[in-house]
Amino acid sequence: MPGYSDPGFDTLALHAGATPDPATGARATPIHLTTSFVFQSSEHAASLFNMERSGHVYSRISNPTTAVLEERIAALEGGTGAIATASGQAALHLAIATLAGAGQHIVASSALYGGSHNLLDYTLRRFGISTTFVQPGDIDGWRAAIQPDTRLLFGETLGNPGLDVLDIPSISAIAHEARLPLLVDSTFTPPWLYKPFDHGADLIFHSATKFLSGHGTVVGGLLVDSGAFDWDASGRFPELSEGYDGFHGMVFSEESTVGAFLLRARREGLRDFGACMSPHTAWLVLQGIETLPLRMARHVDNTRKVVAMLAAHPMVSRVGYPELESHPNHALAKQLLPKGCGAVFSFDLKGSRAQGVAFIEALKIFSHLANVGDCRSLVIHPASTTHFRMDDAALSRAGIGPGTIRLSIGLEDADDLIDDLKRALKVAEKTPASTGSAGGKPA
Amino acid sequence: MKFLVPGPNGTVPAYAYTGGKPFDPALPCVVFIHGALHDHSVWTLLARWCAHHGHSALAVDLPGHGRSAGPVLDSVQDLTDWLLALLAAAGVNQAGQATLVGHSMGALIGLEAAARAPDLVGRLVMIGAAYPMKVSTALLATAASAPLAAIDMVNAFSIGTLAAKPGYPGPGMWLHGSNRALMRRVLAGPNGTGCTVNLFHHDFSVCDAYAGGLEAAALVRCPVTMVLGTMDQMTPPRAARDIAAALKARIVTLPSGHSLLAEVPDGVLAALRDALL
Repeated sequence: MPGYSDPGFDTLALHAGATPDPATGARATPIHLTTSFVFQSSEHAASLFNMERSGHVYSRISNPTTAVLEERIAALEGGTGAIATASGQAALHLAIATLAGAGQHIVASSALYGGSHNLLDYTLRRFGISTTFVQPGDIDGWRAAIQPDTRLLFGETLGNPGLDVLDIPSISAIAHEARLPLLVDSTFTPPWLYKPFDHGADLIFHSATKFLSGHGTVVGGLLVDSGAFDWDASGRFPELSEGYDGFHGMVFSEESTVGAFLLRARREGLRDFGACMSPHTAWLVLQGIETLPLRMARHVDNTRKVVAMLAAHPMVSRVGYPELESHPNHALAKQLLPKGCGAVFSFDLKGSRAQGVAFIEALKIFSHLANVGDCRSLVIHPASTTHFRMDDAALSRAGIGPGTIRLSIGLEDADDLIDDLKRALKVAEKTPASTGSAGGKPA
Repeated sequence: MKFLVPGPNGTVPAYAYTGGKPFDPALPCVVFIHGALHDHSVWTLLARWCAHHGHSALAVDLPGHGRSAGPVLDSVQDLTDWLLALLAAAGVNQAGQATLVGHSMGALIGLEAAARAPDLVGRLVMIGAAYPMKVSTALLATAASAPLAAIDMVNAFSIGTLAAKPGYPGPGMWLHGSNRALMRRVLAGPNGTGCTVNLFHHDFSVCDAYAGGLEAAALVRCPVTMVLGTMDQMTPPRAARDIAAALKARIVTLPSGHSLLAEVPDGVLAALRDALL
């Protein structure tokens, strides 16, 4: 296996972190559904607890099946390691809770998944962590928003749902000038499409619920560390560079030069908050990742065909896909995302709210639900669902109109998807515009 | 822990990890010496075990590596001078008190130190070691001209598996990514301040140039253990045959590539425990 370079992406997607089971010879990764692991002796137990040996103790902290998934996503992202969590939200919370506490501050993109926005703008404020939101493309705004107590910059690689392309090279440079890390949510851009570490991001998280598992079957999250950020040199993170009384007085940056963040996150956040991933979930996400390269190629291919149809359709006023020249981040997308801009995008329907409802209800292949990244095609109306807690001003800042419709393109035959959409658009066109405009303007 | 180490460039601060306990110079001391473009963090599991089992531990950062200030030292002999000066500064001076444990380039430093201070060194453990430790011309050239590319080459070449279990320093760590990140960090110089030399090319040149191995072996009086990886392509077991014979070394082979500390940490610990008996 060793050669002059690491194996390629497709090989890593199948093999990284996994080996035939030494006990049984099982070729597929076994599901280790056990809470805990027998110690070889009292001395062995003590050495595991004291970090004199590596190994598994209790499945909230680590588990052999989950560890395979953690190694695999780290391999695919180009990171040092990862932590699997109960959900993408848990991964985001774990990252923040490891680096920030009461009285500290985050600078975040305003174009975020509604759940992330909610966590930052409401829930974390209750715990004393405040957030300043900036338009993702306002580079000077990112710099200006940094305060003495800022501990993290955060954005989505492709903002939800407008697909604002995060300028990671510029924003990470601003973060690093301020001796701060950049965390990105790369859920819409699994590593087959895009590797944010290559462009300067320091931490990545995924909702593994989406493209990584790929089948709409499980909820999970993954938090990955590049190992590139120097927590000691920063001087802003005593959580990592000074002794932690909650774990043997350990100085995590001393224990591991490039794994300090993950050590603290696992031995504090995962241990104490407990939002771990089930080994069964980990196994299902692994099954998904094994075909990720094949699926993502098909997701993107189908998306391009659907986007082309919608962009030319008279009932559609706007298609928000960065590969289109009309998208405000088209040039940046060409630079950062040459393999495609994923399979989730939004478009605006011409017509009224009633026509929008008629469109969604006329679809037969697309499922109306609150998820993306399924192998099946999905549709949703963000203003009334994922982003419903945001007022109109916040919606506008996030690039969402009241009539915006979001699609997640699946793996069906592209012709069938296009037929489904065309038929629904025709139904919408014939529906009386009796209850007012969907967006107050051609949406 | 910081030490002040006297040398030809004056007194220079140096760092050594002490295994999570305060350093006690009265105890038998296990001294860990890292290899090229590494730092103390490759030893933390072993150092913690030693520090909590009746020994003191010093996992050093060599000059210009990790947390130790430069300048870098240009030969195994100079690095050995520095190591012995550090041990003296730490108060490790009793007969047989020091067990030297080195990986790769660090094993050559351990060998030279065991030869130069036979009263002080009670045991020598050489991990992933060979002699001579020649480096290919192509790799040296790449290390000089494109160190990041050379890191990727060495990283892939020195790791024997895509699934090192149970993970170092803990589960969920990706060995290839961790080693690449560590090498890049060390290349960037102490505290990211930027190193004045190409440390990758420097360290590999130090390995390549060392020519005193057999002469040193003749002076070593302590028991020697060599821990070798059956899949090691950097220092394959066959390349250790002559030096092992000269040292009358006990040989332990483990199913690993060159990165034994991360690939088979439990196996290395078992070998070290046997060596310390």
